[in-house]
Parts: sequence; structure tokens; C-alpha cells
Amino acid sequence: MNFDNPDLAAVWLTVKLAALTTSILIVIGTPIAWWLAHTRSWWKGPAGALVALPIVLPPTVLGFYLLVAMGPDGPVGHFTRFLGLGLLPFTFWGLVVASVFYSLPFVVQPIQNAFEAVNERHAEAAATLRASPLDTFFTIVLPLAKPGYLTATVMGFAHTVGEFGVVLMIGGNIPDKTRVVSVQIYDQVEAMEYGRAHGLAAGMVIFSFLVLLGLYTLNPTGRRK
Amino acid sequence: MNSAIRARFKLDYSGFSLDVDVELPGRGVTALFGPSGSGKTTLLRCIAGLERAPDGFLQVKGTVWQDDAKRIFLPTYQRPLGYVFQEASLFPHLDVRRNLEYGMKRVPASERRVSLEQAIELLGIGALLAQKPDTLSGGERQRVGIARALSVSPKILLMDEPLAALDLARKQEILPFLERLHDELEIPILYVSHAPDEVARLANHIVVMDGGRALANGPLSETLARLDLPIRLGEDAGVVIDANVGARDEAWHLLRADFAGGSLWVRDTGGAIGEPVRVRILARDVSLALVRPDHTSILNQLPGNIVALADDAHPSLALVRIQVGDTPLLARVTKLSAETLGLAPGKSVWVQVKSVALMR
Repeated sequence: MNFDNPDLAAVWLTVKLAALTTSILIVIGTPIAWWLAHTRSWWKGPAGALVALPIVLPPTVLGFYLLVAMGPDGPVGHFTRFLGLGLLPFTFWGLVVASVFYSLPFVVQPIQNAFEAVNERHAEAAATLRASPLDTFFTIVLPLAKPGYLTATVMGFAHTVGEFGVVLMIGGNIPDKTRVVSVQIYDQVEAMEYGRAHGLAAGMVIFSFLVLLGLYTLNPTGRRK
Repeated sequence: MNSAIRARFKLDYSGFSLDVDVELPGRGVTALFGPSGSGKTTLLRCIAGLERAPDGFLQVKGTVWQDDAKRIFLPTYQRPLGYVFQEASLFPHLDVRRNLEYGMKRVPASERRVSLEQAIELLGIGALLAQKPDTLSGGERQRVGIARALSVSPKILLMDEPLAALDLARKQEILPFLERLHDELEIPILYVSHAPDEVARLANHIVVMDGGRALANGPLSETLARLDLPIRLGEDAGVVIDANVGARDEAWHLLRADFAGGSLWVRDTGGAIGEPVRVRILARDVSLALVRPDHTSILNQLPGNIVALADDAHPSLALVRIQVGDTPLLARVTKLSAETLGLAPGKSVWVQVKSVALMR
């Protein structure tokens, strides 16, 4: 397969976007998942639904609202300009922010499930062995929730790689800045360059298959005793 | 009573309430005994701080762990206790050694009184150190759980039905370890159980729970001999007596167990002279006579005085409490016999003990 430069640039941008988005999601998804797994508050239902919204919303809807919010008249736009960051739409960081929202449920839900599967007795046992709640979290809960984190990382990464609608709405199609693989393929097809589209598209298929294969092999269900 | 632990808790869940105010000794094994749902585990969890009674008071060996009037509540991880769960609850991602080290690493070196080697030796788990919990048998898991609880050098050891999940053979495997624990370490143990045999074998002190309340609270033998409370360890009323091996009759394979107020001949199971033994005498195995019976097969005859009589479960039967020296005994007789013999408080009788069970 012979990649020319724009294709390689698109691949590199996609990997960068997905890695950054996944890292951010693991960090902010953990407390959200923890709260959802343990709260008895009335807000659990609405919050859970809000987190899951990107699963069912058309990406264009999500992208539209994010565009408005981050635009010159939107609240996020005001804020970023106040911080001297300028406006986020049609920048790489705009894509990162949008991807974080878009892939949120794919990271939060596996972690939440893993937290809920951790036997409460183990945390109690740790407390009777002098471990503070934070200590318990890092030495008992996190290791036991590891399969959930693996799933979350793979799903968050893969889902970000596969996004298209949100990217188009927020980022447009700027080479080296916002032109990710899915957009590049779209462009090539629009320009009737099917040969080049095949290269990238086949690459995406192989990548996705390998990711899922790895996930199912490394993380078989029902391994917890 | 050396009351080193004072616990007062009130708790209301839907369908269950706990309302206790007890003083417990700071040494030996205290059994929290009662049927399922009697609140004994909840009481233990309140003492551990795993459950929080909104208005409670708890003082352990001079330190206040909870006093809601003064807004004091020590979280579990700041309480110097050891806790053994019904299911061992070992950390599945750590091997046995690292399970044991988990607590020990978190205790300052200056406060360590139980060494890892001591805990391993005491529970006989030296061969298991490299194994993961899911490769252990139920009995082994529970022994590791007990050793892990000891590894933090607790000031008090809380055990929540540690044998309930095990079959009889595994129980027999662990009971000797629990006795050693009690004999070799100066750590008071609160032991939740609904199993009469465990209580009769291990406890020095008993709190009888029912419906979230403490019905009785006192030394084991005294409490079991009470007539005003229907405390049955199992199906039958009976007493437990702590004695020492006083003599051995090699020819007839018998041991003499001396206790405060007399002695009993029991089967020789190999105890050394001077060694402590515990015997259990059920009320149904005790009969009474006005004069010393001759020509009887019953070996153990003791002089005593009747303290009180009470109705037994069946209207034909009565329970009689007899004082033999400093030790109370219970006898079950028919009301007809009691009437015929004129049994009444203060009367001197001969106590015949048909069967004595050696608990340890």
C-alpha cells in the first residue's frame, strides 16, 4: 500500500486525536463512573441518561450544539476567548473537546460496570486493614476494575477514530489540523479517487478488527470469580 | 467484670432495629449469639465502623471510637481492629503473602506486636504464601483471612461467623487454630455466631441477642445456668464448666477434671495434668437424688444445693438450678419427681451426671 503524504498526515492526526481524547476521558470518566456506580441520589438516572446521550444522538446534532456553544456567541466561546485561547471550532483542540463529549459513554460505561462489579466486601476488608478510601481505590478497586479500564480505553480510542459527523460539524476539513482519516476518505470518494479511498478504508477495517479481536481475547467475559 | 468495651447503638432500618447498650470484657472470647436477623452482625459492623448508627457511643480500651454527642466518629481505617468476614474476602488480585502484607505495611512499625511469621505459624499457612486466593480451599481461605486480620496487630479482633460458610470437617480444621489464638495472644475477640457448639467451645463471655436487643450479657457458664431466660445453646439447656485436668486413671482410661466446687471423671482424651479443659453438661443428663445413691452405674455424683426451679419447655418438665461449690449446674426433672422429692430452693441434693461432653 502506497500512502502519499496527505493520507499519512490524516492517519497521524487521527491517532493523535484518539490518544489525547482517550487519555482525557480516562481521567474525567473515572470520577463520573465512580459517582454513577455508588450514588443513591435521585440524579443518578438523569446523569446516566445524559452521559449515554451521544450513543443515540445523530453526530450532527451533537456537533451542531457544540458548534453553537463554542462559537463566538456561545458560552464556551466567551469563556475560551476570555482565557485568551480564541475560538475552538475549526481547530484541533475543538475536535478534542467534541470527541470527549462524543466518546464519553464508551469510556464511562465500562468503567462504571467494572466499579459496580467490585465486591463491596473487598473495600470494607481494606478499610479494616488500615487503608484510607483513596488508598483502597488505588490498591484494591483499580486493580480489580482493570478489565473495565481496558475495555474503556479500546472503546474510547476506536470510537474516536471512527467519528465523522461531529468532526465535519466542528472541525471542517483542514489538512494537518482537522482532516482525520474518515474525512479524508470522504474527500477521496467525493473526488472519485476510489483507489486511494480503498487504501485508507481497508486500513480502517483491519485496524478496527484487530482492536476488537484484541479486546475479546485479552478480556474474555466471565473471568471474574 | 473488666469492662473494656462499652457500646451503645440505636439503628432503625425498615423492618429491623438495633437497640443495644452493653459492656463487654477486654479479654477472652465474647460470643454474640442469636438467631439470624437478631442484630449480632449489625452490632459487630457498628463496632467496626462499617455501619454507622446515627446516635451511638463506643469506647474500646479507654479510647472513644464513636460519640455522636461530641461528633466523634473514627472511620474504620483509623480503628486498631482486625475483622474476619464470613466469606474470607481475600483480595483476589494478590497472592496470600501480599494479602497478609497489605495490612501490616499500613501499621507503623512501633505499633506492630504480631509479626508476619507469628500469624503465619499460628494459622498454619506457611505452605500457601505463593498461592492466589482462588486456588485455596474454603478452610484455607478462612485461615488466611484470620491471619490477615491479625497482621495489623489489632487491639480487638472482630469475627463475623468465620466458620458459617464451611462444612463440618473444615470447621474442625479451624477450631483448634481459634483456640490457639485465644490462648497465645492477648487480644480480646468478639465472635458472632449462631452455632451452639462454637460458642460452647470458644466463648468465655456471651451476649445473647434477639430482635436487635441484648437479652443477656455475662460470663458464659453463669449466663447459661440462668433460669429466667430461655437461653438454649442448641436444643437443650445446659452449662459449660472450665476445669483443669487433676488426675489420670491409666487403668480405666479416665481423666479427673477439677473445677471450682468438685470434680468429674471424663473419658481420657490425652490432656496433660494441669491442662485446662472445658466440659459441657446438658440438663437432660443430670438427675437428682436426696441421698447419695449406691449401686449405680453413674460415676459422677456431686453434692449441691438447689437454688431455684423453673418451668421447662414442656408442662411436665422443670429446670432446676443447683449450686455445686462455686459452679452452677442445670438439671431437668419431671414436675412429678420434683413434687415427690419435695425439691425446693435451699434443699441439699446429690447431683448425678450421666454424661459429660469434653469440649476441648
